[in-house]
Amino acid sequence: MIIKNLTVRFGAFTAVDDVTLEIPQGAIVGLVGESGSGKSTLAKAVTGLVRYTGEISGADTRRIQMVFQNPYASLNPRMTVGASVAEGLRLPRADRAAEVERLLSLVSLPGAVAQRYPRELSGGMRQRVAIARALGARPELLVADEITSALDVSVQGSVLNLVRSLREELGLSMLFISHNLAVVRYVSDVVAVMHQGRLVETGPTEEVVDAPRHDYTRSLLEAVPRLGRVS
Amino acid sequence: MRHLLRSPAGLAGTTLVTIMVILAIIGPPIWGAEAERINPSAILQGVSDAHPLGTDNLGRDILARVMVAGRLSLLLALLTTLIGAVIGTVLGALPSVLPRRGARVVTGTVNALVAFPGLLLAMFTAVVAGLGAKGAVLGIGVAIAPGFARLTQTLAASVAGADYVSAARMLGVPRMRVMTRHVLPNIAEPLILNLTQALGSALLALAGMSFLGLGVQPPSFDWGRLLFEGFSRIYDTPAVALGPAVAVALAGIGFNLLGDALARAAARTTTPAKAAPVPAARQEIEEPDPEAVLEVRDLTVTFPGGVTPVRGLSLTVAPGEIVGLVGESGSGKSLTSSAIGGLVPYPGKVTTGRLRLCGVDLAELPEQERRKLLGTSLAMVFQDPMASLNPALRVGGQLAEVATVHQGASREKAWERAVDRLDHVHIPEPERRARQHPHELSGGMRQRVVIAMGLMGTPRLIIADEPTTALDVTVQRQILRLLRQVTAETGAATLFISHDIAVVGELCDRVVVMYAGRVVEELPVDQLVTGAAHPYTRALVASLPDMDTDRSLPLASIPGRQPAPAEVGAGCAFAPRCALASDRCAELPPLIPYGKAHSVACWEAQ
Repeated sequence: MIIKNLTVRFGAFTAVDDVTLEIPQGAIVGLVGESGSGKSTLAKAVTGLVRYTGEISGADTRRIQMVFQNPYASLNPRMTVGASVAEGLRLPRADRAAEVERLLSLVSLPGAVAQRYPRELSGGMRQRVAIARALGARPELLVADEITSALDVSVQGSVLNLVRSLREELGLSMLFISHNLAVVRYVSDVVAVMHQGRLVETGPTEEVVDAPRHDYTRSLLEAVPRLGRVS
Repeated sequence: MRHLLRSPAGLAGTTLVTIMVILAIIGPPIWGAEAERINPSAILQGVSDAHPLGTDNLGRDILARVMVAGRLSLLLALLTTLIGAVIGTVLGALPSVLPRRGARVVTGTVNALVAFPGLLLAMFTAVVAGLGAKGAVLGIGVAIAPGFARLTQTLAASVAGADYVSAARMLGVPRMRVMTRHVLPNIAEPLILNLTQALGSALLALAGMSFLGLGVQPPSFDWGRLLFEGFSRIYDTPAVALGPAVAVALAGIGFNLLGDALARAAARTTTPAKAAPVPAARQEIEEPDPEAVLEVRDLTVTFPGGVTPVRGLSLTVAPGEIVGLVGESGSGKSLTSSAIGGLVPYPGKVTTGRLRLCGVDLAELPEQERRKLLGTSLAMVFQDPMASLNPALRVGGQLAEVATVHQGASREKAWERAVDRLDHVHIPEPERRARQHPHELSGGMRQRVVIAMGLMGTPRLIIADEPTTALDVTVQRQILRLLRQVTAETGAATLFISHDIAVVGELCDRVVVMYAGRVVEELPVDQLVTGAAHPYTRALVASLPDMDTDRSLPLASIPGRQPAPAEVGAGCAFAPRCALASDRCAELPPLIPYGKAHSVACWEAQ
C-alpha cells in the first residue's frame, strides 16, 4: 500500500503534513513519534475515520482494519467474545462458529473464550480478541495504534510476539504505531519517524536505529530509557 | 434487590407499587359490581359505616369505585409512558442512524420540543386527538417524549464515541445494527430506570387531565375523574374527594420513590465477597534506624470486603537516596505512596507497625503537628500535574501559598521565592511563567512547576508517583534529570514509583519490586539486569524490549495475570505463574537477606 501526499487539516491546524509512505506487502512499518506528532491522526486517515487530502493506493480501503490502544474500551461489554469476533465475518450463519474458533486459535486463545464476556478476560487477552476480530475481515492492512501501551510489561511481550507471528504466518501487512521506540524496533521491518505532522526519517529498522540521519531521530533514540544506564 | 429493600425510601416505594399492582389486578373482580350498582335511595351520602367514603350522585359506593379505578389509572399511565418512551427513544436514536442532514433535522426538532412547555403540548395534542381517555393518553405521551428523546440522544452520543463502535463501523456493520447491537444495549439501563419515574409522572398528569375534564369520560372512571366528581362537594363531605386524591398521591409517590431507589441501586458498585483476613504483623520489629528519612514497617492497606492491596510492606529510604518502587498495575505501589502521605481514600484503612518520617513516629504526633510535618518536609509529584495545580490560579500564586501558609512569609517574599524556585527547575522566563495559569504551560513544564512547589519548603522526602508516565520520552528525560539534581542538592530521600522498570533502572539507586501487595525483592540497581534473584524480577527484566533486544528471538512473557487484591491467597502470590514453583510455595516466603543490600522473598531463589 502506498500513501501519497496525505494531509489532514483541522481548521487552520495541519495535523498531518504531506506524508508519503509505502507499506510493502507482508511488512510491518513502525511509526514512532511523540504526542501531538500526528501519528494517530495518520492512522485515522488511513482507516477512513477522518477526512484527508492526498491518495492511498494499492489497497482496498474497506479492507483496512484497526486495533485500538485501550482493550478495555474496544470490546462491547454486552456482547460475548464470540459475537464480537463474528461481527466482521461475511459468512453463512452455520460456518461462523468454526471461523470464530479458527480466528481465536490464530491469536493463541482457546475456543472456549468465545462464550465469555470481555470483563472476564485480562487486558492481554482482550487485545488478542480485538486482533482476532480485525483478522476476521481478512484485512489487507492492519493498523495497530499503541496496542501495548495500556498493557503491563509482563503481558506486552506475548502481544508483540503475536504481532510478529501473524506477519510470518499470514503475510499480514501492518502499520504499527507506538511512542515506544524499543517496541517499534522489536517488531518493525521499516521505521518511520514523525515529528510535528511530517515524516522526518524513514528507512529499514537497523539503519534508522543504528545510524539515524535526522537530528530529531537522534534525540529520540538518546532519550529511550535503558536498564542499567545511569545518567 | 437487597439494596433496594434496605433503604427506607426503596422499601416504601416497592411496597406502594406492589400494593397498587395487586389492587389493579384484584380490584375490578372484587368491587366491580359494587362500584357500578346504582342505588337511588343512597344518593350523595356522606361518610357512614356502609359507605366509608360516601356515595356519588347515583348512589354508588365511592370506596369501591376508588378500588376499581386503580386498574384503569395504572393501565392508562403505563400506556402513556410506553407511547412517550417509544416515540422518545426512536427520536433520540434516529440522529445516530440517519445521514448527517437528516440527523440535524431530528436533533433540531427534539431541541425545539424540549423547549416547548410540556403541558401546552399535552393540551394541544389532547384537543386535536379528541376529548377523552385516548386524547389524554396521546397528549401526555407526546409531552413526555421529548425528555426521553433528549436522554437517549445524550446517552447514545456518549456510547457512539466508544472504540467498539468505531471497530464495528470499520468492520462494515450497518448503522442500524450498530444501533441495535452496540448502542441500545449499553444505554438500556438508565433508560429503563427513567421509565419507572416517568410512570409516576404520567399517572399524576393523567389524573390532572381527568380532573380538568379533559381525560376519562363517563361512564368510565379513573382516579382523576373521581376526584373531579367529588371536588364540587369537597366543602360539605371532604372524604369523597380525599379518597381518590390519596390514591393518586400514594401511587405517584410510590413510583417516584421506586425509580429513585432503582437508580441509586444501579449506580452502586457491587462489593466483592469477603476474603481471608490478612495475618497480623508477625515479626518483632527491630530498633528504628536513626539515619533513615522514611522508615515503614508492616504497612497494610485494606478496603471493606477483604480487599487488601498492600500487605505488610516494609521500606527504608536514606537521605540523598533514590529508591524505585516498581510493580505492575494493581501491585499496590501507588497506594503505598498514598498511605505514607496520609492520602488513602475513604473507606481504605491503613495499619502500620511503624511509620517514621525524619526520625519522628507519625502515629505518635497529634493531628495538627503531623499535618505540619507532612506539609513542610514531604513533596509529592503525581502522574497528572493538573491534579496538584488549581486551574483557576496563577502558578506563582500557588507556589507562594506554600511559603505564606507553612513558613509565615510575607506575600512579596513568598512571590520572590516562587519565582526563584521556578528558575531553579529550569523554567525559562520564570517571572512571566509565574503570572500564567497552568493551562498555558506544557505537560513537562507543569510537572516542573509541581516539583518547584515541593522545593518551596525544604523537603526531606520526595515521593514521585509515575511523574513521567504521561510525558514524551524527551521530556521524561529532562524531568528525570531534574529529580536527580534536586535529590542531590537537597539531600532529600526520593521514593520514585513507576511501572516502567527501564526508567527505574536508569534513575534509581535501589529498586524495590512489588507483586500483589508485597515486596518480592529489594536490590541495588546495578544488580537489576544480571543479579536479580526473584523469578518475577527476572521475568520482568527479560520481557522488556530495549534497544539491544535480539529481534530474531521471541520476547519473554509471563503466562497468566497478577491476582486482584481480593484474590491473593496465603502462599507466594506469584507461584501460579512461576516456572520454578514447588510445593513449598504454598507457604508465604519471607523477605530475607540475599547478599549485600539485597533481599528476596522466594523459596526457590537462585
